[in-house]
Amino acid sequence: MNMKKTGKMVINAVGRLVPVEVNGEQQIPFQGVGKYRPTGRRYGPPLVSCADFPSDGNKLVSNLKEALVKAGLKDGMTISTHHHFRNGDLIANQIFDIAHELGVKNLRWFPSASFPCHEPLIKYLEDGTINRIEGSMNGALGRFASEGRMQGVGVLRSHGGRYQAVQDGEVQIDIAVIAAPTADAFGNANGVDGAAACGLLGFALADSQFAHKVIVVTDNLVPFPCIPWQIQGNYVDYTVKVDKVGDPEKIVSGTTAVTKSPDRLLIAEMTAQFCEEAELIYDGFSYQAGAGGTSLSIGIYFDEILKRKNWKARFVRAGSNQYPVKMLEEGRVDYILDGQTFDLEGVRSMRENPNHVNTSPFTSYNYHGKGNFASMVDVVILGATEVDVNFNANVVTHSDGVLLHGIGGWQNCLFGKTVFLPVPLFRDRIPVIIDEVTTLCGPGELIDVIVTERGIAINPRRTDLLEKLKNSKLPIKTIEQLKEEAEAICGKPAKPEFEDEVIAIVKWVDGTVLDSIRKVKK
Amino acid sequence: MEIIDKAFAGNRGDKVRSDCYVELELKDSGGLNIVVKSKVQAMFGADIEKLVKDFTEFYNIKNANILMEDNGALPLVQAARLEATYKMLRSDSRPFFFKNPSQNSLATSKEKSRISRLYLPGNNPSLMINAGLHHPDGIILDLEDAVAPAKKFEASFLVRNALLWLDFYGAEKMVRINQVPRGLDDLEHIVGYGVNLILVPKCESADQIRLVNQQIDVLRKERNSNQEIWLMPIIESALGVVKAYEIATSAENIVAMAIGLEDYTADLGTRRTEEGKESFYARSQVVNACRAAGIQPIDSVFSDVNDMEGLARNVQNSKALGFDGMGCIHPRQIKVIHENFAPETAEIEKAKKIVNAFIEASEKGLGVVSLGSKMIDAPVVKRAQKVIDIALSIGLIDVDWRKEF
Repeated sequence: MNMKKTGKMVINAVGRLVPVEVNGEQQIPFQGVGKYRPTGRRYGPPLVSCADFPSDGNKLVSNLKEALVKAGLKDGMTISTHHHFRNGDLIANQIFDIAHELGVKNLRWFPSASFPCHEPLIKYLEDGTINRIEGSMNGALGRFASEGRMQGVGVLRSHGGRYQAVQDGEVQIDIAVIAAPTADAFGNANGVDGAAACGLLGFALADSQFAHKVIVVTDNLVPFPCIPWQIQGNYVDYTVKVDKVGDPEKIVSGTTAVTKSPDRLLIAEMTAQFCEEAELIYDGFSYQAGAGGTSLSIGIYFDEILKRKNWKARFVRAGSNQYPVKMLEEGRVDYILDGQTFDLEGVRSMRENPNHVNTSPFTSYNYHGKGNFASMVDVVILGATEVDVNFNANVVTHSDGVLLHGIGGWQNCLFGKTVFLPVPLFRDRIPVIIDEVTTLCGPGELIDVIVTERGIAINPRRTDLLEKLKNSKLPIKTIEQLKEEAEAICGKPAKPEFEDEVIAIVKWVDGTVLDSIRKVKK
Repeated sequence: MEIIDKAFAGNRGDKVRSDCYVELELKDSGGLNIVVKSKVQAMFGADIEKLVKDFTEFYNIKNANILMEDNGALPLVQAARLEATYKMLRSDSRPFFFKNPSQNSLATSKEKSRISRLYLPGNNPSLMINAGLHHPDGIILDLEDAVAPAKKFEASFLVRNALLWLDFYGAEKMVRINQVPRGLDDLEHIVGYGVNLILVPKCESADQIRLVNQQIDVLRKERNSNQEIWLMPIIESALGVVKAYEIATSAENIVAMAIGLEDYTADLGTRRTEEGKESFYARSQVVNACRAAGIQPIDSVFSDVNDMEGLARNVQNSKALGFDGMGCIHPRQIKVIHENFAPETAEIEKAKKIVNAFIEASEKGLGVVSLGSKMIDAPVVKRAQKVIDIALSIGLIDVDWRKEF
């Protein structure tokens, strides 16, 4: 069986050629931002009865293998995991070791993201234990997929898109394995306590709610009740106690460090200055900034502005770490709405401070909901591997066409009020601003400002910003000027060459197909 | 016995960025065997191969093994590395210009503000590319202490190509050559290629300056270049301090003189302290010699790049001693140096009045500038203009500051 044949291709609303059928499932081509309306009802897992579960609440089984067997692991199933342990995850690999041992084939792995620690799974992709990954593919896994070596076609979704796909029944999870830093035998679990504390478990929420079978695995088993119960045991079938669920030092860093790169600091400074001049920062504003070098520095500059003006942010959307935590504790922000926690200070704050809130892709990002808070954020700071002259951006492939990153919450955050992409104009010799992105991950209509060390381009749609900044001393240029400047320094890059074969598709937040990624030519 | 006719230049390894490594083996037969391995193969593989071929044609190389290991180097870097390998093996004075030199021979004036000047190692392209964006008054491509002895030869080609093709966004282009006499050889690679100012290190006599200027004149004539080249001697020894005035007045094109405290304190047999008692005499001597000679006194670098408060104190101290500027070794130091050398509010207000009076007088065609009942001399206007320029450059006043008059 060759599942990778994607067959008929059509041109979607943004001019991208996409398959209408992927892995045997019908697809809807992207129709434009906010155009597609879903019909029908949310997906529901089978009904169950308390009569079939132990009344003493003890769902412990002896090991992960027994849990997987009891959950009915068999060929062709969909197995999900979450990525709150990042590169310190010890459980996902074990699941597939067990599947391989049992001779199970053709599984779909549905992680909320994969990391370099999952590289050993390549052998199971090669021998057919795993048919495909639907989730981010980083590093070696991305390269493996880009070379056309994965049997099925990869499906890339945003964090919000993953929740949407599960909720809509587009992806039906057979077995969800939720690794938890702390849990009780009933299956209540949290991320704030235990050796592998990672802050929260929000990425596993959909899995717990919608999977047919749910297994909670922990190395810190506490007597009922496990409080807080970020994951509720009422969804859980089996619990497993293991010696070690994750590598703490690879899960959260002790501290997050601000970049020392003068060029990144320059971009961060320019971004903060732009926000101030455009009056995007005000008493009660909100922003989202990640834990990457430049974003982290931008957050620190924002904090300096708040201090200087004696203002307060209403909330910070994070990727939390020591810097927003300091703002929270010193009273310069009312709430941290946290999606994942990056350092020990973030974990501590999440544990101790009720205003440091654990969020999920449902509250923050799900597009098939009655709103989500991503669209309420004033200033959003994101990254990109490429941006084109129409402000379209790419986050998943490099300019040589190789798949190397996941989408994460990136697409979902594009709905914020003003979206910034602070990026270098070129990396080594590779221009970041080009004629047309290799892979389209975010339509330009949602991207407002590109900040580079050599100039800032404002999306012409944002006439308000153009007006506000017209007398600025900041180097405001057009995006074409920036592109030409990059080419004058680096030369004009050749486009990567691809085979016809589609190795992965990029979904939009509403489940439609935004773009396809092809096999790279050797 | 087989003669090995092989040379290499540049840098290789996982951590190397924006640079490349070239191996060239010249042979008697066998044709050209060119291997290009590039991190940016998909985007620029063909461009790089063409550059290597252009290089072989330019020097008429028919038989050779050439390896280019590229980590995203810009063409000007690749060309410098290629040229260096060839010149290690053959003497050929022709420079390999992979494209026409850009018209970036920005002229600078003797009085130009030189508050900050950023040192960059002359063999490290990744630090050069964005240096101008941090807006130092000058950028020094260093061929002296920041380049390992074995790398000095190849660095000179990289420095030349950087002078020719890199945009420093208005910063004055400076090169620190090696100590004379070795430094005289460095001039070959920089004179006529856009350098504005040459730093002459470990200067101890007027003779050294004379030798530098002689060689500059020879090269300028040879290259039909009439670009002004300024000199900044660096005093780095006890003898240099004693000879400070003699050196400062040894040539018309000396615009500034700097002190280098690491070497100076070593020469004294002491250690450099933050307080700087040990160098008080030398610094004052240099300031005094410069003022007597009518040139800019420039202070030594502050070497702890993480200590911004220490740097600020150091700058304030330096300004109080009479210095006009200082060196920096990290772009983040630039802003602190500018802010702390900045003129005070009263000074700026006074300068505004003087410059405004001067402009008004010239607009009215008056030969004499007066403010109230006081006549103002030309040097006073000049000094005031400099205060305004500095205030403008660090954003203390607006471009249209004359509105208030």
